[in-house]
Order: sequence, then C-alpha cells, then structure tokens
Amino acid sequence: MGLLNKLDDPYYGGGIILGKVEDILNWGRSKSDWYLQFGLACCAIEFMAMNASHFDFMRFGCIPRTSPRQADFIIISGTVTFKMAERIKKLYEQMAEPKYVISMGSCSNSGGPYWEHGYHVLKGVDRIIPVDVYVPGCPPRPEALEEGMIRLQEKINQQAIFNKRKRIAEEDKQKELIINN
Amino acid sequence: MLAQEIYEKLKAEFGDAIIEFKQEPFFDPFVQVAPEKLFDISLYLRDTPELDFDYLSLLGGMDYKENLGVVYHLYSIKLKHSFILKVTVSKDNPVVPSVERIWRSADWHEREAYDMFGIRFEGHHNLIRILCPYDWEGFPLRKDYVQPDEYHGMKVPY
Ligand code: SF4
Repeated sequence: MGLLNKLDDPYYGGGIILGKVEDILNWGRSKSDWYLQFGLACCAIEFMAMNASHFDFMRFGCIPRTSPRQADFIIISGTVTFKMAERIKKLYEQMAEPKYVISMGSCSNSGGPYWEHGYHVLKGVDRIIPVDVYVPGCPPRPEALEEGMIRLQEKINQQAIFNKRKRIAEEDKQKELIINN
Repeated sequence: MLAQEIYEKLKAEFGDAIIEFKQEPFFDPFVQVAPEKLFDISLYLRDTPELDFDYLSLLGGMDYKENLGVVYHLYSIKLKHSFILKVTVSKDNPVVPSVERIWRSADWHEREAYDMFGIRFEGHHNLIRILCPYDWEGFPLRKDYVQPDEYHGMKVPY
C-alpha cells in the first residue's frame, strides 16, 4: 500500500503524489487479481461461499475467469487426486505469467485426511506446482481465505518489476549474508 | 412382502440356486444365491407382479479375504418392500453376470465394483474403470492391495 499511504503525508499535499512507477503497477496488479474458476472437493463449497454476497470475494478485485489464459492466480481448493494432478499441472502451465497459486485446505497443503491411506491423493499440491500462499484448515473458513488473499496481495505489492534480476540477486546476497552470520 | 416370503417364493422357483437365507436381529435379512443363476433370479424379481423390484438402490463389491462378493440392494417403489441379494465368487476368477440390462443403475455401480475390486461383470457393455485413471494398476479396495510408490512420476506415499 505504498502509494495510498503517501496521500496522508502533508509533504506531498496539494494533489501531487510522488512515488515509484513500480508501486503504481503493483498496486494495480494486486487489486485486480483474476482467478481461475476451479474447485475440487469439499473446500470448493467454502470457496463458493467466499464468492457469494456474504463474504464477497469481488471486493478484493477478484473476478472469476473460466479460461486459464486470462487468470492471474489459481486457488487449489480441495483434494488433489493423481487423476486431477495432471490436469492441474496442465492448467497451471497454460496460465500467463505472472501467475500465483493459493493452496486452500489441508488436502492441497499436505494430503489432509488422506495423508496416510490415500493411495489416490497427491500429498500436497506443491509437489507439482509452486505455491505462494498456504491456507490451513479443513475446510478453511472464508475469513481464512480472505486472509490468504490479503497475504497474496502483500506479496504481489513487494515484487520487483524493473531490474528484476539485479534486485533479486542483491536480495539473495543479503539473505546469504544473514544465513552465514 | 416380507423377506421370508420372498425367499420361499424364490426357493420354489429356483431350488438349489438359492444357497441360503439369513435372518438375524439388527441385520437386514439377505439371500445368498449362485452366481450362474443371478441374471435369471434378478429378472424374476423384477418382472413378477407381486415382487416388482423395479429399483436397484445399491450394488457394491466386497472382499471377504478368501473370496470376493457382490451385494445387491433392491427396492420396490410401488410395493414399498426391499430385499438383499448376495453372491460370492473366487478371487482367481471373479466373474459375475451383469444385471445392467435389468436395472440401468447397475451400469456405473458395476464399473465401480470392477474398478475397486476387479470383479468382472459378464455382459456389461462398457466395463472400464470409472474412478481411478484408466492406466491404474491393481484394485485399491482389495484387502491385499499394496499402494504403488509412484504414479506418472509423482510420489504416492506421504
Ligand atoms: S481439506 Fe478438508 S474440507 Fe478441504 S478438501 Fe480436504 S477434506 Fe475437504
């Protein structure tokens, strides 16, 4: 929220906002995330509740898209069976960059109730696609999914757009320094 | 009609093909029949006016460790009575005649029993797996099933 905070700052008053282009782009990106209309198991019911008027997913700027090519992120809401896992991977690969993944519920986080005897369940969707936000619960309440969405927006807000390689390399170097010390 | 009466009717009609009738407290009474005669018995149960079992509410596979079995739950919508049939087949050659042509609901149920237990239903028009992927190996609900280590490069155990 770097951009909007500047409105409160008297130094920048008079209707002039000084900020980085990156902040504006990220602000727009994070506030209009479109998701792939895709539900899997019982968690999808909670996900549907999230879409309905009471919890109102659309106030986050999230609009369902029925094509992966138009979607910014995908919510893996439920049990990922092996049969479905291959299709999820295909859908994820069809999405355009930048793309994000929210893993919703114990099942897609780690196999959930099927972790031990589920011969047919992939034990965590992060074994096939990278996950940005994990939402715990079986099923998570819509409030929990809201929290996950806010976390995803925070993540998008902090992402580098320009000089990406250079900046990521610097950050990696700093992380290494922290780890080594 | 009570299960006892239906059993007596079947016994009079099919004789030795009706293997046993069991009635215990807390359990639904059922009739064990020979698999070879299953199709005829089913047809008789459906088409006799005073029995009129027009609805197969459940068909399920079973694993009795030595043998495999199939259970049929029948219901008559008009006469409001129900009945249970059971058949047992050996694990080496689990073949049961299909009742798909008698009750349409048996179609997917038989495919599921095939998918989970490997019971082959003779006469079914499209006996392929229904839940597991088509290239899945083994029959998961059998008691001696061992889950694979890998499926298409994805690790199966936790
Ligand atoms: S986490 Fe729980 S509620 Fe969600 S899909 Fe799995 S079993 Fe269903």
